Formats: sequence, C-alpha cells, structure tokens
Amino acid sequence: MMHQSAPPPARNNESSGVTRRRFMQWTAIAGAGTGLVSLTACGKAGTPGTIVAPAAGGTEAKVVWSACNVNCGSRCPLRLNVVGGVITRVDPDNTGDDNLGTQQIRACVRGRSIRQRIYNPDRLKKPMKRVGKRGEGKWAEISWDEAFTTIAGTLKRLIKDHGNESIYINYGTGVLGATVATSWPPASSAVARMMNCVGGSLNQYNDYSAANIETAVDFHYGGWQGSNSNDDTVNSKLVLMFGNNPHETRMSGGGETFVTQTAKKLSGHKVIVFDPRYTDTAMNLADEWVPLRPGTDAALVAGFAHVMITEKLVDQAFLDKYCSGFDEAHMPAGMPANLSYESYVLGRGADGIVKSPAWASQITGVPADDIRRLAREIALTKPCAITQGWGPQRHSNGENQSRAPMLLAAMTGNIGISGGGTGEREGYAGLPMAAFPVLDNPVRPVLPVYRWTEAILRGKGMGYQDGIRDAKDTNSNANIKAGVTLNSNIKFIWLYGSNSLINQHGDINKTIEILSDESKCEMIVCIDNHMTVSARYSDILLPDVTTAEQVDLAAQQSAGNLGYAIFTDKAIEPLYECMPVYEQMAGIADKLGVKKKFTEGRTQEEWVRWIVDESRKAVPDLPPFEEFRKMGVFKKKLDSVIGMKKFRDDPVANKLKTPSGKIEIFSSNLHTVSQTWKMEKGNTVTALPEYVQSREMPGDPLQKKYPLQCIGHHYKARTHSSYGNVVWLKEAHPQMVWINELDAQARGIASGDKVKVFNDRGALILPAHVTLRIAPGVASVPQGAWYAPDKAGGVDLGGSMNTLTSHFPTAYSKANGQHSNLVQIVKA
Amino acid sequence: MTDVTKANPTKYKQLGFYLDQTGCTGCKACQIACKDKNDLPVGINWRRVAEYSGGGWSQDESEGTFKPNIFTYYTSVACNHCQDPICIRVCPTQAMHKGDDGIVSVDASVCIGCRYCEWACPYGAPQFSAEKGVMTKCNFCQDFLAEGRDPACVAACPSRVLHFGEIDDLRKKHGDTADIEPLPDPKITKPNLVITPHKDAQKSGHGHGVLANPNEV
Repeated sequence: MMHQSAPPPARNNESSGVTRRRFMQWTAIAGAGTGLVSLTACGKAGTPGTIVAPAAGGTEAKVVWSACNVNCGSRCPLRLNVVGGVITRVDPDNTGDDNLGTQQIRACVRGRSIRQRIYNPDRLKKPMKRVGKRGEGKWAEISWDEAFTTIAGTLKRLIKDHGNESIYINYGTGVLGATVATSWPPASSAVARMMNCVGGSLNQYNDYSAANIETAVDFHYGGWQGSNSNDDTVNSKLVLMFGNNPHETRMSGGGETFVTQTAKKLSGHKVIVFDPRYTDTAMNLADEWVPLRPGTDAALVAGFAHVMITEKLVDQAFLDKYCSGFDEAHMPAGMPANLSYESYVLGRGADGIVKSPAWASQITGVPADDIRRLAREIALTKPCAITQGWGPQRHSNGENQSRAPMLLAAMTGNIGISGGGTGEREGYAGLPMAAFPVLDNPVRPVLPVYRWTEAILRGKGMGYQDGIRDAKDTNSNANIKAGVTLNSNIKFIWLYGSNSLINQHGDINKTIEILSDESKCEMIVCIDNHMTVSARYSDILLPDVTTAEQVDLAAQQSAGNLGYAIFTDKAIEPLYECMPVYEQMAGIADKLGVKKKFTEGRTQEEWVRWIVDESRKAVPDLPPFEEFRKMGVFKKKLDSVIGMKKFRDDPVANKLKTPSGKIEIFSSNLHTVSQTWKMEKGNTVTALPEYVQSREMPGDPLQKKYPLQCIGHHYKARTHSSYGNVVWLKEAHPQMVWINELDAQARGIASGDKVKVFNDRGALILPAHVTLRIAPGVASVPQGAWYAPDKAGGVDLGGSMNTLTSHFPTAYSKANGQHSNLVQIVKA
Repeated sequence: MTDVTKANPTKYKQLGFYLDQTGCTGCKACQIACKDKNDLPVGINWRRVAEYSGGGWSQDESEGTFKPNIFTYYTSVACNHCQDPICIRVCPTQAMHKGDDGIVSVDASVCIGCRYCEWACPYGAPQFSAEKGVMTKCNFCQDFLAEGRDPACVAACPSRVLHFGEIDDLRKKHGDTADIEPLPDPKITKPNLVITPHKDAQKSGHGHGVLANPNEV
C-alpha cells in the first residue's frame, strides 16, 4: 500500500518582540506565516556574538598565519589580522588556485568563526581545583605551582601503589592538528612525553571515529589500506559513497568538499550516496540517493551480491586471484563446507536464508527492484570508486558494516586500480612531516579506546578477550590469542584537548555515575581552553593557550593530491594566565625531577625549529624555519593515491598481512575468535561480512517501546564538540533533532516544537526539525552539542547525543556503536 | 578563480553577485566570513543562506520499504544592490542611497532607524541594529574592493560558487536568472543577482516546496 506524503508543515513561529524581518515576502512562505529571528533581540550590551577581547598593548597591525586545528579530517590555514595585540579579523588562505593539487585551502564555516573560540566567555583563565563533589561545579583558583605540585604528588603516589598502567591519557582531538601541542594521538602529545619520562602510561588503540573498521580491516586486508584519493575519481565512471559525507564533515574548500566537487565537474562521473539522511553531499554531489535504515549496509551489499552471483556479474578472476573465502573453491584448508560468502548469500550457510533482494529490502528499506537495478549498474560500470565514511561502522554491528563496502569492491574487481577504490575511506597524498618526539612508553597492555570506563571499574585482569592488546604489535591478527593482561584499574586520567570524558563518550549518565565514586578514578586533570562538559567533571583545570597564542606547525589533512604544511605562528600573547601544554608539562616534569629529560633544554620554538629541520630531511623543498614562517603555508602537488595498487600489481610479492596473504572475505582469524572468545550476551562474531541484527537494530523487540532508530550525524555547526560554544555557529546551524515528517505527523510534532527524545539511558529536550531529508523511522540528533542537564542526572537541555548512547561494546573491536540507539520522541 | 590580490582596483558601474547554485552546500562560510569581517552580532546576518525543500516519500508497508521523491537546495543571498531599490524609495531621510558603483549603502549619520526599508525589502537585506539605533546592511566590502580584494563572502566560499563582478559581465557569462524560489519575483526590485539554478530549483512564485529554515534567514 503506497502513501504519498504531503510537504512538511511550516515551522511554528514563536511570537516575541524581536526584530522581524520581511521573510513573509519571500514567496516560499507567503501565507505560511513569518520567519522570526529566533535567538534574541540584538543590540543591548553583551549582545550575543559581540566579541569582547581582553585589552592588549600597542598599535601594531599585522597578519599572522595560523590554522584551525580541530578533528574534521581537513586542515585549514587562517590568516589572523592582529591590531594592537588583538585579533580583529580572520582572512582565508590567499595562495593557490582552483585546481586539484594546487588548490587554495579555504577554511569552512567553523574555522572562519575562530575568533569566537579564542575570545570565548567560557575560556579557562587560571588554574583551578575542584572544591565540591565531582561535577558539582565548585572551584577554587590555585597557583600554577600548587597545581604542578598536587599533580606530581598524586602521580608519584599512584604510580608507586598501582603502577604506570593506572595512569591513562584519554582520547582527545581538540588540538589534533598541532605538532608540539598536538592532542592526538594522545601517545604523541607532550603529556605522553612527560609521562614517558617517569615510566610511561596506559595507552589506547583505535579512535572514536573509526574503531570498528580499524579492527575489522586488519582481518580483511591485513591492515589499514585506505581507498584511492578523491582526485582520482576523475578517472571513475561511477562513485559509490556509503555514509560518506565530506560536504558536512571534511568541509574545507581545500579538502574533500573541494576535491569531490572539482573531480565530478571534470569527469562527469555518476555519484550514488547510500545514507539514511539526504546529506549535503547527497543533495549537492549525488546523482542518486539511496536511503537505507542505519546499520543495514551489509544486508544491502548481500542483496547486491545475490544479484551479481546469480546473474554471473561478479569479477570471478579477481576473486580467484586475490581473495580467500568468497566461494567454496577458495576457502582456507580444513574448513567445513558452506562457510563461504557465496554459500551465505545463496542460503547454504548455517542460517539457510537466501539473501535475495527481497530479503535485503525488508531489512534495509530499499525496494527490491532498486537493489536489482543498482547491483547491475554497479557490476557493469567500471571503474567504480567505492568508499565509506565512518558513520556506518559506528554501529553495534560496525565491524561487518565496515567490511561490506570492501567486499563489494572485491566482487566488482575495483581494488587497486585508477578510478576504482577499496571500499575503505578515501586516502590522500601527504607530506611526511616530522612529529614531536615523545620517547618510549614501556607499558605493554593497550586499551581499546571505548573501554576506559570499564577499566575504571575492572581494569585489573582485563585481557585479550576484553580487547586488551600488546603494545609490541597492536594489529588485530596478533591479538586473538592469550596475550598481555592489564594489571591495574585506571586511577588517574589526563584530559588534554579532550571532551571524551563526558560529552563525546557514550552513555553520559552512566559515565557520570562511574566517575562520581572518587575512590575509583582518583584524579582527573583537564588541560583545555574552555569550561567544556568534560572540564566540569574534572578535578584540576589547567588553562591552555589556543593555537593563536603559541608557535607551532600543523601538518596537513585530507586534500586529495595536495601536499601541504602550515606554520602556525604566535599571533597574540597568551590570554589571562593560560600556558602552553608544553610549558605545563615542563613544570610538572620539574616537580617529578625529570625536567631536563623532558625539555632536552629546548623551548617550544626551539622544538619547532628542530621539527622543521627534521622534516626537511624527508621533504627537501620545505623551506627553512624563517622562510617557512613568512610563507605560512607550503604546498606541493603530489601523485594521486591508488589504494592497494602494489597488491593488485603483484599479489605474490606484496602479500597482505592476513594469514592467507590475500583479501580475507572469510577471515580465518575471525573464525578462531568466533570459536574461542567468550562474548558479551547479544554479541556475535562472524568470519564473513554478514548482516548481523545486533543490539538496537531494526527488528529488535525493543522497538515496541522505542520505535525510532536514532543516529547522531556530524553537524556543520561543530567538529565533534569543538566550536560547540560559538554563538555565531549556533545561530547558523541550530541544534535540532531531525525527524521524518511521517513520524512527526504521527506524533503531532511540527517543526520547531520542543520534543523529548528518550530511551532507558537518558532523555533530552530540544527543538524538532521536521524534514523530508531523513528516512522514515529514523531520527538524528547531531552529535557534539554540549550536555546541559536541567539538574544532576536530569533531562539534557543541551541536545547532547551521548545522553542516549550505550557503553556496550561491539563484538570483537570492543568499540563504540554510538549510532545504534532506539528511542521514542514525544512533544515535550 | 577570483584574484584576491589585484593590484589595481576596478571602477565599477554596477556591481552584482553571481551564485552557481548547483554547488552551494549550505555551509554558510559566506555568512560567517561576513559576520567576522563586520563584527555582526547574533541576529544580524548581512548574508544568509535559505534552504528550499519539498516533495514526499512513498512507503510500501507490506514490504517495509520506502522511496524518496524529495528535493532540497540552498540559496546564499545578501543585499542585491538592486536596480530599483525599494529600500531607497521608502527611506524618508535619504540615508539609503546608491553609489556610482551601484552599491546600495546606508548613511548611519542620517538614518533615523525607522525601519521602513527593512519592511520594504523583499530580501531582508537592511537589518536594524538596536545597539546603534540605525539600519545596517551589506556594503559589498567597499574597503576590500578599494584594496583590490574580493568581498569577504566571495573569498570565503569553499565551493567557489559565489562570485561578484560588473553585472553586465556576469549576465553575459551566466545568463539572467534570479527568479528562484524562495527568492521573490525579481520584477519587484530588479536585483543585481545572477543564479545558475540547482537541478531542482523552482521558479519564484511557482514552487511546490517550502522555506525549510525560516529561523535561520
């Protein structure tokens, strides 16, 4: 039975006395009511958005190169206009052109608002210590000396009593782009270097972005390969993007937004986007949008496979030569019959179900005819570039989700060729810039990034089946059998540029409960610019300078075939009593008696000089320090990346690091894991990239209570939680829960209505965005908004997605499935 | 590529904006670059981005499937420095005026903040500053033009779809379309604006969608 839905209702208008603009004259809403300025009347003293900079000295006017250093996957230079010691304006890159490989790197909406991050009313101004209960919000200012002494004393005691394994540097990407001041990987930070001067600390592997694919790809391809760089899609006939959304994530006008747009313009290739949301990439770049239920990509690919197998459209020669486990004739020796992917698809496997387009359609929501049509088009249009973003794998079945597009790339033989792709995230060409050296960390056990809350509760004794790996080799294949064991619970947490203590970790209410027992994790030290959500739950706050207040370098990020590096100079003096993390760590190292080992006698600027010199060994045309400083951004056109080209060209000489040396569509090591690991109730490991109806997937009986799948898409207003306190961006891209108009109508919800989004883990209240741009049955709360409960443990009024997410780990990555959330939505 | 370091600024007869809507992602880098340059508070946006959406979904309940037939597109718009600027016609003090280069500006020393222009302009270009008690609006970054630089919004556009120039040149190159939903009929004010329409763009007054982000424009 077909229902045709009506256009969405116009957003409700709240009446207020604020400035009314004449949008009723815009023809689109004539007769549908007026749009109002929803935020506030403008003009009074303290007007939101008015930048108030502390007074500085002098009248000198200059333009200083800096960068936006957050974790979006792009990296943009910014030219800061400084007058009298105050940044008065941000100008974009003024070098380069509009061509692939030499492009101007135009900062996105976020970077352009950076003055509001620098001169933000939330800035931490002086060191502080908590004086109430953890999270209560009571603070006392302390001196830097007292802060260093307290921290050093606690570190000494905890290391003596529990070992260096009890000290954890949490995941944090707020300063990812910096070099000396980098916050990610935490093991490359100044904090890690300081800890390594006193015996090291507990490290983590993988990251919140992509932990499931990072584990799965080791089993599938032997290790991280990357797909072709997007500039290479000029050679593609067809481009498939599974949950890949550069136009809202890697938004830079020098990064993947620019690269994908330009490549399409040059080649005219067709783009198909698979995503539950009609993203800006889908509306802008795609010729076809295929909406599907979140977490069901592997079922869709199985449906494609059924068509390709039964109609003999698979690239059999590729599968035979390069893959293991696609069909019964290419299985590892000694395996029982019917464990191949072909057997799974044709219904000869354990479940006996034929993975027909009709089967796939019921799971995914994609009509069976479309699955047939798309399968034929994908099989017959070559070369075809297949990539995935990382949203699809942040699900409770994320490992298999991530492997499905890789499998599709193999079935169609598109791996390792120009115009093709490996099914992983796009790669990019990069300059091998030197890093800040951090010395050695002798601590062997390494924690899965998502399990630190568990390690606070029961770290001592966690082993390989909990995902603990050995620092000597953290590849998934090396850690499936008895390995190292963690010997302590986490007792101390460093947070540097990290909002992953509360806001970006799963299940905020549960995390707060774990942290509220101050005898478990005894000290949390937060180094940051702002009073973030995580800062609020810390014990000692150390005010950090921003990138604009220190000298450093920023290595490039994803930009097709453009290689570049940025000299991020000191534009202004540190605000308030803020101090660079390097100097903070030198101060603590001094208290621990290892200052000389930490600094090697160098200032931060001297380290930057050293890093420029080291980089010039690998990048000879990188200019020397003073010249680079003046130049600001150094660019170099590089070759396109073709993922797995060496393997494609010669699979014998360039064996993959899987047990078979081939692409393991059937992973023999995952088969072992499935037979030997004790799993959490509800978790299933499969050796094949099967669709698994795991926790909170469509069809879960929990849908009787919580019928909607709620994901948390990356939003233009923020990079994760960075920029989440910038009022210009809150105005431009307000926080709202996206809900399909059919689901909204059934609930009597109109756009702009305050709604309650809830499940057993928590509840939040925020405005509804009733839209046609999301699949029916799916809602999305853009992730990264700052948690703001109405009372302790209460309803979140900040719209923080992690109020709804779960700590429950994925099957073998022990990672985050933060998009797998069943919820209900009602009018608040 | 627009050159941001032109040595000799041009004398313009009538400036206009050009938007290649096919590539506008709705990112609003243009809006924020404008706010940053002009120190605009929340509530005042000399450039803003409208989203226009429509269509519907069909569902097959027995199969559990769905299929979209929807569209959406973005329009970045500032003051269009119109040929027939209604803001000037309604201004009782002559604060609102059009310069030799066609730029429509407000003289803050003459403006009494009566807000007639705000009510008259179908694009919402003049915006009242309660702090200053006068109208404010896009001035085409005249200071940047004098330095031979692009307006801040144009230089900001990550997708290179926002441009400016002599309106006659823009129309020669890109045609003369400005009647795109949700913009008003260009006959009202004769805007110096040229748009290459998005594939789903609809004609002003004849659209079957709605302004999807009324609170943001």
